[in-house]
Amino acid sequence: MINLFKIKGQKREDAANAAGRAPIKKQSAGELRLHKDISELNLPKTTTISFPNGKDDLMNFEISIRPDEGYYLGGTFIFTFQVSPSYPHEPPKVKCKTKVYHPNIDLEGNVCLNILREDWKPVLNINTIIYGLNLLFSQPNDEDPLNHDAAAVLRDNPRMFEANVRRAMAGGYVGQIYFPRCI
Amino acid sequence: MADLATKGRWRDVDKLLSRPGNIISSGFEPSSTLREEIGEYVRVLVVGAGGLGCELLKDLALSGFKNIDVIDMDTIEVSNLNRQFLFRLQDVGKSKAEVAAKRVMERVSGVNIVPHFCRIEEKDIEFYNDFNIIVLGLDSIEARSYINSVACSFLEYDRDDNPLAETVKPMVDGGTEGFKGHARVILPGTTPCFECNIWLFPPQVKFPLCTLAETPRTAAHCIEYAHLIKWDEVHSGKPFDADDPEHMQWVYSEALKRAELFGITGVTYSLTQGVVKNIIPAIASTNAIVSAACALEALKIVSGCSKTLSNYLTYNGVEGTHIKVTDFVKDNDCLVCGPGTLIELDTSVTLSQFIELLGKHPGLQLSKPSVTHRGNNLYMQSPPILEEMTRPNLALRMFDLLGEVPKDTVHVSGASEKNGKKTSCSRKLRIVFKGVADMTVGMDTTGN
Ligand SMILES: [Zn+2]
Repeated sequence: MINLFKIKGQKREDAANAAGRAPIKKQSAGELRLHKDISELNLPKTTTISFPNGKDDLMNFEISIRPDEGYYLGGTFIFTFQVSPSYPHEPPKVKCKTKVYHPNIDLEGNVCLNILREDWKPVLNINTIIYGLNLLFSQPNDEDPLNHDAAAVLRDNPRMFEANVRRAMAGGYVGQIYFPRCI
Repeated sequence: MADLATKGRWRDVDKLLSRPGNIISSGFEPSSTLREEIGEYVRVLVVGAGGLGCELLKDLALSGFKNIDVIDMDTIEVSNLNRQFLFRLQDVGKSKAEVAAKRVMERVSGVNIVPHFCRIEEKDIEFYNDFNIIVLGLDSIEARSYINSVACSFLEYDRDDNPLAETVKPMVDGGTEGFKGHARVILPGTTPCFECNIWLFPPQVKFPLCTLAETPRTAAHCIEYAHLIKWDEVHSGKPFDADDPEHMQWVYSEALKRAELFGITGVTYSLTQGVVKNIIPAIASTNAIVSAACALEALKIVSGCSKTLSNYLTYNGVEGTHIKVTDFVKDNDCLVCGPGTLIELDTSVTLSQFIELLGKHPGLQLSKPSVTHRGNNLYMQSPPILEEMTRPNLALRMFDLLGEVPKDTVHVSGASEKNGKKTSCSRKLRIVFKGVADMTVGMDTTGN
């Protein structure tokens, strides 16, 4: 229980003392967990990370993936991560900043990766997501399409898909849509 | 008539506070003036003035609390009126906190309620320290987690890892979802804090984006499509704001179009709000029951008239009524409320010496630790880019890096060795600098 007598005496004293104290900055539980994730990052050799807001903002960062095999070999793809204070209760928000011709990434940069939404579990971490994103480039998947057209081409005509990916990465049109160069 | 009502009003509370009993807290001193003393000296903060908050303000005011503050950033909407009973049709658009405070003060004489129409993050931390107890009527995990971390940040421990009573900021947390609800007592350092068992709140179900894009089957799928995919397509770069009615209206009309396209029924404006903000229809009686439990716990905590709930009550009214109390255990390694490890340092110790020391510390045996202090990353082992940015700190003195304070908390992540097995972990450390006088209130440990 609260000691009422103490409260009576303390009231004034507290107010006087608080005035001299420096404002306290605190870290959310999410930031602390993220600190652990980041300090233990084990990036695949295809991937680099950067912190646009400096060393003290880990909640917003970018990774860049340069696939070393598959359709997307030679391209560079930037993803932004936005981590909320409720991490790891909530998964990070991940978007692809590079416009890409990909069955599982739409033209707005939304990414269809199960662990970013329906299969997210607090035991997963940033490393898991980075591996998942790498997998999207080595194994694009026509069953969970976000870019419907790209998925159809991948399914029905893989060689044409490969050509489309090349054209998009080199900077050019696939159908009506222009893709800036990312090689 | 009014006089009679006022007299009768306190009869039951006074019985609780003026009679001895067997299940009281140690130190309870029953007295006929206890209620008035509580009214005079105790300051309580109610966080949230929605469905639960309205009930809480009424219940606390009628339990003898007289100095109440309430904080809520929301304004009143028509759909609130069925259960947020302090609000009337003419209040729509006004601040919930302000209207709720005014209404309760009109009905319960002698009560002073100060409203704060703002976000909880807008108040500085000292604002929260002024209250003797914090009662939460919130609907989001993020907000609970924030208040929890603020309340726990006041907590200090003595050399034997016992919480210092005067630094404990008790919280009572209520929550409702439809016919289900909970009330819990959080005494930081004694009972589990919100982070100790955050797993009690399962992550919210999220639909796969590709389902939304390709194979919508329900009204909720259509709404999430409009909210998560279509919004970005049309409003390049402009963030969606769930509190902006125009944004919500836009999502609603887009969801409706999509539902028509796929022959799906059931998209309504209120469902749109529900899905986007993850709201489960609120039931007035659940709020009333949970709030009553919370207000009673608050009264118990400040008066000691009865032992407090230990420590988590769940209510389920889906079929009949089921109430259960579970005594959850706190996580001693909790980064938010746990004592952490006490480490005494000479002011001359550098960060690199400190890191070396963590490896040798018998209780920690932490290899490759990264160190963070109040949001400043002092040293990061990985990734290389952060290692490089933080490396210059290694040669600096911890005393300087921590801002020349007598003591403070830092957090470290690394690999700890236990029984020959290495596991990665995060630890909280209480750093105390030797020979530096402490002038702050918290070190008042002389036993008075
Ligand atoms: Zn805790």
